[in-house]
Amino acid sequence: MKRDRTVAMLGYALVILLLAGPFAPRWAMFLTNIALCYGIAVLGMMLLMRTGLVSFGHGLYFCLGAYAAGTLEMLFGVSDMALMLLAATVLSGVVAAILGLLLRKYREIFFAMLSLAFSMILYGLLVKSSSLGSSDGFNVTARTLFGFNLANAPYERYVIYAITVICAFAAAVAIHKYLASHNGRLAGAIRDNELRVEYMGASVRNTIHVNYIISAVLAGLGGALAGISVGHVDPVMAYWTTSGEFVFIAILAGTGNVLAPFLGAAIFETIRSFAYEYSPNTWQMTLGITMLVVIMFLPGGVWSLFARARKAA
Amino acid sequence: MSQLLAVLIDGITYSSWLFIIAVGLTLIYGVMKILNIAHGSLYAIGAYTAASIAGHWLAEGYAPMGSYAMILLSAVLVGLIAGPLIERGLLRFMYGRDEIVLVLVTYAVFLILEDFVKLVWGVDPYFLFQPYGLLGNFDIGGLTYPNYNLVLFGAALLIGGALYWGLTKTRQGKILIAVIHDREMAGALGVNVGRVYLVTFTIGAMLGALGGALTAPMISVQPGIGVEVIVLAFAVVVIGGLGSLTGAALGAIIVGLVRSAAVHYLPEVELFSIYLVMAAVLILRPKGMFSAAEARKI
Repeated sequence: MKRDRTVAMLGYALVILLLAGPFAPRWAMFLTNIALCYGIAVLGMMLLMRTGLVSFGHGLYFCLGAYAAGTLEMLFGVSDMALMLLAATVLSGVVAAILGLLLRKYREIFFAMLSLAFSMILYGLLVKSSSLGSSDGFNVTARTLFGFNLANAPYERYVIYAITVICAFAAAVAIHKYLASHNGRLAGAIRDNELRVEYMGASVRNTIHVNYIISAVLAGLGGALAGISVGHVDPVMAYWTTSGEFVFIAILAGTGNVLAPFLGAAIFETIRSFAYEYSPNTWQMTLGITMLVVIMFLPGGVWSLFARARKAA
Repeated sequence: MSQLLAVLIDGITYSSWLFIIAVGLTLIYGVMKILNIAHGSLYAIGAYTAASIAGHWLAEGYAPMGSYAMILLSAVLVGLIAGPLIERGLLRFMYGRDEIVLVLVTYAVFLILEDFVKLVWGVDPYFLFQPYGLLGNFDIGGLTYPNYNLVLFGAALLIGGALYWGLTKTRQGKILIAVIHDREMAGALGVNVGRVYLVTFTIGAMLGALGGALTAPMISVQPGIGVEVIVLAFAVVVIGGLGSLTGAALGAIIVGLVRSAAVHYLPEVELFSIYLVMAAVLILRPKGMFSAAEARKI
């Protein structure tokens, strides 16, 4: 059996990202920060895709997590980053546990559509909630971390960045372990043939439900981190285009390895930032063409290039 | 009383509009099993083209009534150009892939076309308001409505009727139904499946463009109009049952009336009432209201 180097690679990435942070230019650190937030959300998407499901409504949890973090400060005056993240993951998990009761019965396009409907309901609600800033959203600031004061400290940005890096690392390792576990291996079997999985005595619906909750928690965590990093949340996070971006990144990257979503998110954010900078009217076109090229020539996503190279070595 | 009447009239107008934008989507899904996100872009391109061509027509001082013909012409043009281009140039290489992959392909097309619109027409809004007021108004129960609402209603009836007639009464329609039921068997019996797909997609694209072209006089045509329309159209076809013509009609009526009631009685819930209905229908009837039971294939 081949040695599993994924965790080691994740470890290297963690150390490099943490060390490089203070020396990197601010824009690069911010870009990495946002890419990691998206990467965490897409990691959840990847888990769902490995189960054979595509959600066109994961923006729901991304937005829910961000708003959970934000409202904690706005309504209850709690602005500790750790508590914000905790609130985001718990809320996403609870909502996913409830919605999962319904969604676990759905497959394919119907799963995608029902999750789309749920996220659009949240969008519609938020746009009309004037106490939460309607369509403008509101600002979010994490003032403390485990009680240590962050506000106005020169290293504030770096701390947020470092927390994001650590969260991404933890999430990736956890999902990697999970995929190798009993439940994780069932995912691929369910994608291939549900009926046989049922014949062999495993519950397809339970597995899907659990995976759905995990992916929602990740999306919520990513959303909360994104909200805190950007310093602002708005309802567009629940709009279908956000969910579409997650699916986009997952397809772009491929679902072969837990590193893939982060790679995909990095590529996506880089294209978006640079294309937006240099030709604001064609950045979507760039993304679309990239997407078509990947679908046509790299059905396994960008990650399959690495996998192929490693196999050849 | 007059408020109820207003709800009904607004609801019917809105339903007609929804049916026109959604019917192309359901047609394409029904035949090709492609949930075409690019439908939103075709809608936008239709609106822009109509604003340009009909706007030019009016600016040149030709007979104002001709602007309606120009609107129709724009939709046909867009459909005839964009439809074959997308289907022949891209989609036909993708048949046989997962439904979800096809959704993503059309999503990519959607992204490309969104920017294409900005490149061609720029980011400033276009206005084509003349055709909206040209036909005068009608009074009912003390309320005044523009006659253009009737145009929408008539167009929806005409499109629905023509499609129904085409599908059930003509030879081509029967061939189409054969292809829907079993693409490979139909192909084996000598049906040119590729051509059926091409024609279907072109008609679907034309209907999407027509939706946009007919809407152009009622809105300011600007970037981003396609993004909102596509989720609405999704809601309509999913409520009715993907791929069902009657379903699209019923979905449009439900969504239209619900939204119009929400606007009049409870404006706060307007936006999400539609998606609430969509979720409710999916929960109760997972495949929509009109959808045939399918055998599970192992």
